[in-house]
Amino acid sequence: MTVASEHIIEVKDMVKKFGSFVANDRLTFHVYRGEIFGFLGANGAGKTTAIRILCGLSYPTSGEIRVAGHDVYHEREKIKRKIGYMSQKFSLYEDLTVSENIRLYAGIYRLNRKQINQREEQLLERLGLLPIKNRLIRDIPLGWKQKLAFSVAIFHKPDIVFLDEPTGGVDPITRRQFWEMIHDATQEGITVFVTTHYMDEAEYCDRVSIMVDGRIEALDKPAVLKKKFDSKDMNEVFLKLARN
Amino acid sequence: MKRFFGFVKKEFQHIFRDVRTLVILFGLPVVMIILFGYVVTNEIKDVDVGIWDKSRDQVSTEAIQKILSSGYFVLAETIDHEEEIESLFKSGKAKVVVVFEDSFEKRLLRENRAAIKLITDASDANSAMLVQTYLQGVLANYFKSVNQAGTIPWEVEIKSRMFYNEEMTGVYMFVPGLMALILMLISALMTSVTITREKEFGTMELLLASPLRPREIILGKVTPYVLLSFINAMTIILLGFLVFDVPVVGSLWLLMLECMLYITLALSLGVLISTVSKTQQMAMVFSMLGLMLPTILLSGFIFPIDNMPGILQWFSTIMPARWFIVVVKNIMLKGTGFAFIWKETLILLGMTLLFILAAVKRFNIRLE
Amino acid sequence: MSLNVNHIDKSFDLTRALKQVDFEVKDGELFGLIGPDGAGKSTLFRIMVSLLIPDSGSCTMNGYDVVSQYRDVRKIIGYMPGRFSLYMDLSVEENLAFYARVFGTTVKANYDLIKDVYQQIEPFKKRLAGRLSGGMKQKLALSCALIHRPDVLILDEPTTGVDAVSRREFWDMLKKIQGEGITIVVSTPYMDEAEMCDRVALIQKGTILDITNPLEMGDDDVPLFALRSDRGVYTHLDKIRKLEECRSAWLFGDELHVTLRSHIDASAVVSTIECWNDPSIRWTSITPSVEDRFMGLIQEEK
Repeated sequence: MTVASEHIIEVKDMVKKFGSFVANDRLTFHVYRGEIFGFLGANGAGKTTAIRILCGLSYPTSGEIRVAGHDVYHEREKIKRKIGYMSQKFSLYEDLTVSENIRLYAGIYRLNRKQINQREEQLLERLGLLPIKNRLIRDIPLGWKQKLAFSVAIFHKPDIVFLDEPTGGVDPITRRQFWEMIHDATQEGITVFVTTHYMDEAEYCDRVSIMVDGRIEALDKPAVLKKKFDSKDMNEVFLKLARN
Repeated sequence: MKRFFGFVKKEFQHIFRDVRTLVILFGLPVVMIILFGYVVTNEIKDVDVGIWDKSRDQVSTEAIQKILSSGYFVLAETIDHEEEIESLFKSGKAKVVVVFEDSFEKRLLRENRAAIKLITDASDANSAMLVQTYLQGVLANYFKSVNQAGTIPWEVEIKSRMFYNEEMTGVYMFVPGLMALILMLISALMTSVTITREKEFGTMELLLASPLRPREIILGKVTPYVLLSFINAMTIILLGFLVFDVPVVGSLWLLMLECMLYITLALSLGVLISTVSKTQQMAMVFSMLGLMLPTILLSGFIFPIDNMPGILQWFSTIMPARWFIVVVKNIMLKGTGFAFIWKETLILLGMTLLFILAAVKRFNIRLE
Repeated sequence: MSLNVNHIDKSFDLTRALKQVDFEVKDGELFGLIGPDGAGKSTLFRIMVSLLIPDSGSCTMNGYDVVSQYRDVRKIIGYMPGRFSLYMDLSVEENLAFYARVFGTTVKANYDLIKDVYQQIEPFKKRLAGRLSGGMKQKLALSCALIHRPDVLILDEPTTGVDAVSRREFWDMLKKIQGEGITIVVSTPYMDEAEMCDRVALIQKGTILDITNPLEMGDDDVPLFALRSDRGVYTHLDKIRKLEECRSAWLFGDELHVTLRSHIDASAVVSTIECWNDPSIRWTSITPSVEDRFMGLIQEEK
């Protein structure tokens, strides 16, 4: 893994309040270019809120945040062009075919017809989806769908891709294939920012942050965290942190 | 019974916690009746009328007097050329022009027949029709009164097609129609939406997997709306009376019973709709397109049934609202008793039973 | 037997959701049904709670047939559907009271049974259910499913989308409920939860691949090894897979789990690995977990 020292995401004292409720309490962290950054936390710890801000979908209450070199207050459109996003809840249009979904996203990123045809062919072949390219998304298995969604999310070669619980409910083999795809993406220089409820997946990340009640309670390499909290796996680290 | 009351209580909690439901339930009827009522009364009070009296004799002058003193019409201009009619309409100075043919009185006395032309600006078809009907009414009254001594009736062709009542107050007509519409809307729409909401949110799955019987679920969901719809019906009658002086000539009890019957019918329709829709959105579309529009268009509420093409007339007979409007008109305005409306009541009752049967049959005890 | 599932088939249009599903759950057992989304878990559960009718085969719950005696079945089960399905616009206590009344009982009568679960959310009893966090919603749903003291508790993916802490708490609660003599059938996509069950059925594409006791695995004829390295195991993944002796190799937490074609191959692999110039590599023989087993079975299918 080539982890450059460049900060692709830089967050300083990020605060987000909803009324009197503090969803993100002075978050300070950075993400290196090309790394897999695991963003863990219990339900309601404030993960989704933070991701929305980083993707330029909502404004923080205060703090300095730069994503891919752009300020989240004033350059949201520029940020959106440099990131990819995929979540378990929404990734592809269910009532379009595999091929139509790919072409739609290619079109959004203004590729010309020739490029689209070429890239579509490549992608379908790599994922082994050629035989079913004219099937509706809703009719293909979840695992394939998620793999396709990920490929589409990095179709335009973004600097960063945000993955919000990308493997929920997927079978154990497909889940691992998915993570291998994530690894491959980092080889192309894409930074991966990912959330998950599978604690074994936390081990696959270069660095992991764990949020509890709106604050980041721990942030380091999985091996370091395990040592620090005297735990045999990340699940134990997580339980120890989140329970207090 | 405890189970049932628990269900009803829960249903009331849903209703009273949802501002949108409350607004539709209580705001809508009030707003609609006041809006409709005033629109109608205003039109009838200030209609500008142009007069072209080619005859200028005693009868025509008196007839004009009658029109202008009726309170519904205001004289815009008197004219004496064909071309002026169009310019009156174009400038918007008049909505209707009354033309008396020449030698009007003489023709009446000699031939017992004479003609009056009512030319209406039909760009607003509805109010044009209304205006015409009012004019016809005023004129008919007048000719009846002056010809009382005559043995052979004068033939001034005037026919009222839309209104039954001789006083011709629009609101009177509106209250029964609006009642049919609002009750249909509230009862059918609200129940179909509330039942499909349980499907959409997955709570129906739990209800079905519980020992509740389908009829308990349906009754539990519907009972609150029976009460609320009934309150609505009473509100409409009260508003009609307080704001627009629409009396209930006949028996209030009979009227309430008929209202209950119609509400039950609409509710069972709502349940039926919920059994064929998977989402609230679908239920809403079904209720709007399937019930609301036909009720407005085909029940005789706005467009007279006699004027419809044959096939639509036939269609109107399967509109519950059509029969309900007849019933309410009879009780409220004519003051007739059950003897005169048993046929309509029977039709409504039959429809209700049919819908209940279909709804219970279609209501699934499982998920498929 | 609390639950008897007898050669059930079920299709929707052209997809066969369940194929010859057949198993039993004993009285008082905590039985897990483990498999990914789309494996047919929810369809099977809906048949068990009498909400769907199987195309063929039969299913009995405490002896009652779920098709012909569905009314009896519905009295003795507590069911928690896969989607959170309580009333968002009712408060915590209103939801609970409603379900108590639906089953003709009261919250008071069965308070001792739900106490452990409900006490955790009782401080928020006036709060609307829609405003609860994921973990709290789950506890409320469990309280509602338990409120009539069912004989059999059927929980469809209760821990999906819930964080690791809440999941752990949830399973602790299930253990306690099991202690009250209630039979529990629970489905989950998380393989690591299998070890909390007495027995688990592994399901994939509508077929039960295996039924096993998660603590008594190991006498498997496929040799399984774990590879660890301080340099990160991902760098070794491709190399391992290229070995002739390797049947499969997958990431597994901070390890690689490698299955070989036969036991004899092990020493050959060890000597190959030694040539990789990574002194931090550790290669150990391990007993398979439920997840290993599952992955092996899926691969056999393919």
